[in-house]
Amino acid sequence: MEKLLEVVNLTKTFSIGSIFSRARITAVDNISFYIAPAEIFALAGESGCGKTTTARIIMGFEEATSGTIVHSGKKEVKNEKVWFSDGIQAIFQDPFGTFNPLRTVDRYFFETVQNYKLAKNRADTIALIDRKLKAVGLSYEEFAGKYPSEFSGGQLQRMSIARALLTDPKLLIADEPVSMVDASLRMSIVNLFKKLKEELGVSVLYITHDLATAYYMSDRIAIMFRGDIVETGTVEQVLMAPKHPYTKLLRASIPEADPKRRWVGEITLTDTEQDEYLKQGCRFAGRCPLVMDICREQAPPDVTIDDVVVKCHKYP
Amino acid sequence: MENTILRTEALQAYYVLDVYGKSKVVKAVNDVDLDIKENEIYGIAGESGCGKTTLLKTLAAAIEPPLRIVSGKVCYRIAGAEIDVATLSAEEIRQLRLEYISYVPQGSMSVLNPVTRIRDTYRDFIESHVGGESKTDAYALAKSHLVELGLPPKVLDAYPHQLSGGMRQRVTIALATLLSPRIIIGDEPTTALDVVVQRGVVQLLKDVQRALQNTIILVTHDMGVHANIADRIGIMYAGKIVEEASTEKIFGEPVHPYTQYLINSLPKFGDKTTRVSVPGSPPSLANLPSGCPFHPRCPQVKEICKQQMPGFTKLDTNHKVACWLVGEGDNGKAA
Amino acid sequence: MKLFKDLLRDYKFAWGFWIMCMMVAFACLSFFAPYDPTLWGVVPRDMRPSAEYWLGTDSNGQDIFWMATFAVRNSLVIALIAGLVSRVIAVTVGMVAGYLGGKSDRVLMFVSDSMLVIPLFLMIVMLAMLVRDSMNIVTLGLLLAIFGWAWDARLIRSQILSLREREFTKTAVLSGVGTMRLVLNEYMPYSTPLIFSTLINNMAWAIGLEITLAVLGLIDLSVPTLGTMLYWAINYQAVLLQRWWWVLTPIILSILIFVALYWLSVGISEYLDPRRRIQRVGAG
Repeated sequence: MEKLLEVVNLTKTFSIGSIFSRARITAVDNISFYIAPAEIFALAGESGCGKTTTARIIMGFEEATSGTIVHSGKKEVKNEKVWFSDGIQAIFQDPFGTFNPLRTVDRYFFETVQNYKLAKNRADTIALIDRKLKAVGLSYEEFAGKYPSEFSGGQLQRMSIARALLTDPKLLIADEPVSMVDASLRMSIVNLFKKLKEELGVSVLYITHDLATAYYMSDRIAIMFRGDIVETGTVEQVLMAPKHPYTKLLRASIPEADPKRRWVGEITLTDTEQDEYLKQGCRFAGRCPLVMDICREQAPPDVTIDDVVVKCHKYP
Repeated sequence: MENTILRTEALQAYYVLDVYGKSKVVKAVNDVDLDIKENEIYGIAGESGCGKTTLLKTLAAAIEPPLRIVSGKVCYRIAGAEIDVATLSAEEIRQLRLEYISYVPQGSMSVLNPVTRIRDTYRDFIESHVGGESKTDAYALAKSHLVELGLPPKVLDAYPHQLSGGMRQRVTIALATLLSPRIIIGDEPTTALDVVVQRGVVQLLKDVQRALQNTIILVTHDMGVHANIADRIGIMYAGKIVEEASTEKIFGEPVHPYTQYLINSLPKFGDKTTRVSVPGSPPSLANLPSGCPFHPRCPQVKEICKQQMPGFTKLDTNHKVACWLVGEGDNGKAA
Repeated sequence: MKLFKDLLRDYKFAWGFWIMCMMVAFACLSFFAPYDPTLWGVVPRDMRPSAEYWLGTDSNGQDIFWMATFAVRNSLVIALIAGLVSRVIAVTVGMVAGYLGGKSDRVLMFVSDSMLVIPLFLMIVMLAMLVRDSMNIVTLGLLLAIFGWAWDARLIRSQILSLREREFTKTAVLSGVGTMRLVLNEYMPYSTPLIFSTLINNMAWAIGLEITLAVLGLIDLSVPTLGTMLYWAINYQAVLLQRWWWVLTPIILSILIFVALYWLSVGISEYLDPRRRIQRVGAG
């Protein structure tokens, strides 16, 4: 099967602390996954699980400690900006931070067209920009010459997507693209991603902590917890029939917008997060309802069951 | 009403700004009537920029320029008597805070002093309100309160940055409920938190309410949280409450077009059919449309919607809507 | 010019601006001076202010009014050279160190910190003594520039460091913008107020230092500047002999220039503060 992007054994460690006491935190611990063409792949997890660090490494803003990233057959070479030539673009979380508030938004569009040599003259440039804006539901007239503060969050996020589409990328990396957008506009952006996949064959790496939109939008999903990928599979399998205890806890904790399906039972929370990072064995052992002795000593292996990859001692 | 504990009447609170010679009036709270009862959890749902934070500020009597109450009033019911907040002095309002009405803000780090231990923050609060307590008494009170809520007392010896985000937020809630207030106002208390932690915090709020039998007014844009904890919900849009009903009614039979859109756009597990979100974008509170503020985005807009704001129509004892599609509203007055 | 009108609405800026205009006009009068300022004894000495000699004459036999025009001109030129050259160095060093980070940052900041730590006054005095004869205004301006950039380079660097982490930097990188253009186009609008206010502060500092050096006799005393006028006045015991017109002229002119520069600096930096600008952009 053709793989658009493949991440193999990626690891990133940070060392924190002063000269006197340094601790190493493994933010990303030996993870592997792949994204196929024309597929929406969700990388989901709570804050501190390592998904943003992974995204930054893929985009080239951070260097991996070890591991490789393969993009359409080309292996990643350190410091080589092969990513941004035309294959991959990105969309960020804060629509108001994506554009410099002191400059007009259209400047970034013109820069992109010029730097990637996408059009020959000004008329062609404007036509290209207008086409991409129309694909996201906006138009050139209403956007030219305006500053970011004159638009709403939803509109800015659409413009960010339009700018990313200028180079006709095969892969869009979307880092929490809707978490800062109003609830009433959120679904329109999510629907836009679906449309891009269906009509233009663009793949999306959707990084989020919102499992509901991940379920709605994605084809496959990987759940991350404290640097490990604990479960990978299609969205139906992982979210409707979760296997890993952490996925089950996550799924059960999502507040459903239905008063008839309220939470049942109580849960316990950790006191400090740093403890969990530095544990031996399985990092979830402290909170797992199915914990066994082996979980505290040995890191669990990856087990494949019906096309779902689970990292847990309970299986097979 | 007998068991009303907090009431607003035709409340209008605006920000009046003057930026380099251009004056701007932001109508954050535009004619709001609320009637909140004892022993209930009332949720205010709305997106960013609809005015809900300002509404909370007026409810907590925390008005400071450039925010002004232009007209209307806010009334508390204390010991059986109704008191208009505008008649209270600053000292009296300070007394009321924490004893009668307390506030849980969005970021716990803005409440907890990062350079003092938790127990010192608690002691400051206790001393400033219940004065004359010795150090050990205050410590004992804090400890017993935490144990009551199911939190480990050892957090008192920690600094805020040593605790996880969820624990910090729960410590803040414990602080807010220390003196058993009659009303707890929560301004997006779970928004910045992870899903699992959010569940723990919401659980705590529910336990607190059950134990104290008081009122919680919860403001959040997350409809899932409202579904899990609120008894009644008020939907806020552009400075006005457009629909108010019990939680089951809001989710099961929403009447106002905005509420319908909001409920229908929420993704549900097990259902991958296309969801439609509200077209257009929310209006700026400085530049509201005429008549009903939702009319530019409403698919069923009528002529009268563009000219006049509808009043509340009562559909049920507990269900009222402000919409011309449903009815005239009483006294043509909005809410 | 709308910018200018907005600026003039602030009374501090307006006052500072008009005073500076007066000073510049005063300095320009020097081109019409009837006497050569480097000569002595062109007019009778120690005359009180009168209709013929507006500010009197000094013990060197120069008309104080016309000397003052040269003094203001030269002092302003020194300040301008010092300020502009040090801005260029500070901005270059700050932006390179801030954006590139790593080794370049460490090396540049090491150099900058060394410049800060070296006892400035001693160095300048030493250098001034070495090159006293060729210490004309240009040399002095450059010397002050070399010592005046270190502090501001660090300010600019810290601003660039924080801007580098903002998301629009990533957007610009993804748009294919090269490093130089990114720093100039994206960060300059944020740095401009800093650059302006530090320029004006630097100019005030330069004038102050020049006066100090001159009073100590360390620059070419035949060149009329505010400092050298003061030097000669003190040298000839003008205070004791109550020749107040000679002493007060450079002092009052200096005070006016310092105050005007300060008000200009405050007015501009308040106006160009990015948060205020964003407010204005949205409110329009």
